Amino acid sequence: MLGLRKKDAGLLLLVTVLTVMAPVLLNPFPVDSAMAQFNAGYPDLMQRFVIFGIFAIGFNILFGLTGYLSFGHAAFLGVGSYATIWMMKLLTLNILPGIFMAIVFAALFAVMVGYISLRRSGIYFSILTLAFAQMSYALAYSVLTPITGGETGLQIKPTDTPLLANLEPGEIGRASLFGLEMSQSSIIRMGGWEFTLNVGYYVCAMAMILAFYMAIRIFRSPFGMMLRAVKSNQNRMYYTGLNARPYTLAAFVISGMYAGLAGGLMVAMDTQVGPERMFWTASGEVVLMTILGGAGTLIGPVLGAGMIKYMENIVSKINDQILHTWFAFLPDGLEDAVVAMIYPFVGKGWHLTLGLMFMAVVIFLPGGLLEGGDRIRNAFRRKRTGKEDTAKQRTPAE
Amino acid sequence: MDQVIVQILNGLDKGSAYALIALGLTLIFGTLGVVNFAHGALFMIGAFCAVTLQRILTLSSVTEDPTRTDFLGNPMKIETPYVESWFGEAIGAGIIDWSVPLAIFFAIPIMMLVGYLMEHGLIRHFYKRPHADQILVTFGLAIVLQEIVKYFYGANPIQTPAPDAFTGSFDFGVLLGFDPLTIMYPYWRLVYFAFAALVIGAVFAFLQFTTFGMVVRAGMADRETVGLLGIDIDKRFTLMFALAACVAGVAGVMYAPIVAPNYHMGMDFLVLSFVVVVVGGMGSLPGAVFAGFLLGILESFASMPFMVDAIPGINQIIIYLVAIIILLTRPRGLMGRKGVMEE
Repeated sequence: MLGLRKKDAGLLLLVTVLTVMAPVLLNPFPVDSAMAQFNAGYPDLMQRFVIFGIFAIGFNILFGLTGYLSFGHAAFLGVGSYATIWMMKLLTLNILPGIFMAIVFAALFAVMVGYISLRRSGIYFSILTLAFAQMSYALAYSVLTPITGGETGLQIKPTDTPLLANLEPGEIGRASLFGLEMSQSSIIRMGGWEFTLNVGYYVCAMAMILAFYMAIRIFRSPFGMMLRAVKSNQNRMYYTGLNARPYTLAAFVISGMYAGLAGGLMVAMDTQVGPERMFWTASGEVVLMTILGGAGTLIGPVLGAGMIKYMENIVSKINDQILHTWFAFLPDGLEDAVVAMIYPFVGKGWHLTLGLMFMAVVIFLPGGLLEGGDRIRNAFRRKRTGKEDTAKQRTPAE
Repeated sequence: MDQVIVQILNGLDKGSAYALIALGLTLIFGTLGVVNFAHGALFMIGAFCAVTLQRILTLSSVTEDPTRTDFLGNPMKIETPYVESWFGEAIGAGIIDWSVPLAIFFAIPIMMLVGYLMEHGLIRHFYKRPHADQILVTFGLAIVLQEIVKYFYGANPIQTPAPDAFTGSFDFGVLLGFDPLTIMYPYWRLVYFAFAALVIGAVFAFLQFTTFGMVVRAGMADRETVGLLGIDIDKRFTLMFALAACVAGVAGVMYAPIVAPNYHMGMDFLVLSFVVVVVGGMGSLPGAVFAGFLLGILESFASMPFMVDAIPGINQIIIYLVAIIILLTRPRGLMGRKGVMEE
């Protein structure tokens, strides 16, 4: 199907079903129940899931395949965002041209940064990309204020009159796709449950499925093979007469374009942008996502992105009162002790949980959460058949 | 001319902080071969040692003074720090006033312990893993450390004043024959620079003139051979890690009066000090120090008005620009040794 192997087609189908059904799947609790705060099925968060999923998929094409650790990927996301918002301010409120320009500008910027940074590898490459990203951030924050809006960033204002949009004077333009507004949503109520189907989310979801499909094709193509060769042994590649540079540069630009697409979609959803989107912690976040899920795997980065965004938005909302209601069944003293023990890890302290989880993954599961899943599955399989499956344990070539 | 001197002086204190952090980073990298992204967090912990000591010293006993009332009409509460009641008012107040310099002695054992635990508990298991893994795990550790500090001290910066004797500014211009008040320089920054020079000198002397330092240098050059000679180099390297943590820690302690410590100050410095290390050359101690001061001074020169007028935004990007140029033209950095981290 679609030029994919059976297994990949299955994976794509699974991702498609999951993203399409997400508004339902992520709202497993009735609105009035105490667990309703764990519902992640509201449009704003779901959009973030898929947008950061796209960002992480793109980052993974560079890091997962070639092993080049870029610490400045947020710059491309920022460039894409600025390109989109200008298209929406000046030309049309339709998001497609804006997103197209986001990808184009991110690609151009990535060609420039990649051409220079890829002269070096290892930590030097990381520092070079970091330096470029920090420079873009600093410039967007200060000197480029006429283009970037500086500290306040850019929003769509009542004074903006895009050429192709017929706005009443003073009307604030809203992002749309051929007349379909992004913020539009229909709410379905079933018993105690409530599901929000949002136009913007489905636009993002389509983009992510497409991006995921492209990623599968890249992973399985001869080009993807070359990128893996770069990661495993660049010298050997040189000795066989191949120049690794064009391949790594192509991978860098492709992943920059993914970041641009993510940036464009972000603007299409909330019609605003600020320079903090390019700060190096934003680049660090996508690294966290990719590693947490599993670098070099297809689905891992998406999982990691979802996990971090879920923690950022849901775990951070748990405060001590909620904890007290959970553990109310315990005797008083014990209740306080348990709450005091858990409290530092949730609410405002969710970063601590994230950091600990990330460390645990890097220490014990270098392949990310996916490797954890694999191990558990293998353990069960072994128990059932009663013997090691040695076919999986391939020995490396060296 | 006076402008130039002012900028050099301004660059010195920032450069000192860069140099101290970069020195520690390079020590760790040169000895253990580990890229430590948690080094900024060690700097931050050092700064919070100063905060902690100040809090301990100002722990007070509260007595009610019935003769006076506060604005609500209740008896006035008078706080007397325990140190003042133990040592008498004058000495006690003096101790509190000098809490930041005193915190150095408080910080050294703590940083030693933190460094030792970090090396034994975590870093040790990452010697054989790729550099990317080391970066990632120490990055995670940095997040954890700063969240722990945030949990105990809150997210707001905490003012930690320098001793009263050093609060004013020093009229540097008079010494050089300029008019008074042209070149003013805060005393504490001068102290910081002198302190940094002292620490850097001490580290170099330690490595250069002691047997222990000699063995460590030999281990940096060729770890295997030193091991074959029957020397337990790992034990010494662990100690070097603790020492590097100490250097970062005391740098943080003394920096506390310059910038009020907050939990993410380590991350802010980390990115820059990595640039410093790479510019100086991975594994080169003099390179790290030199690049630290160089970038600090360049940064303050770039923020001079006529520079900013000539090239807008140069003050924001100069460090990164210099780093990119140096990395592309001198693959090993300014003073990098051959064969270290060359790919």
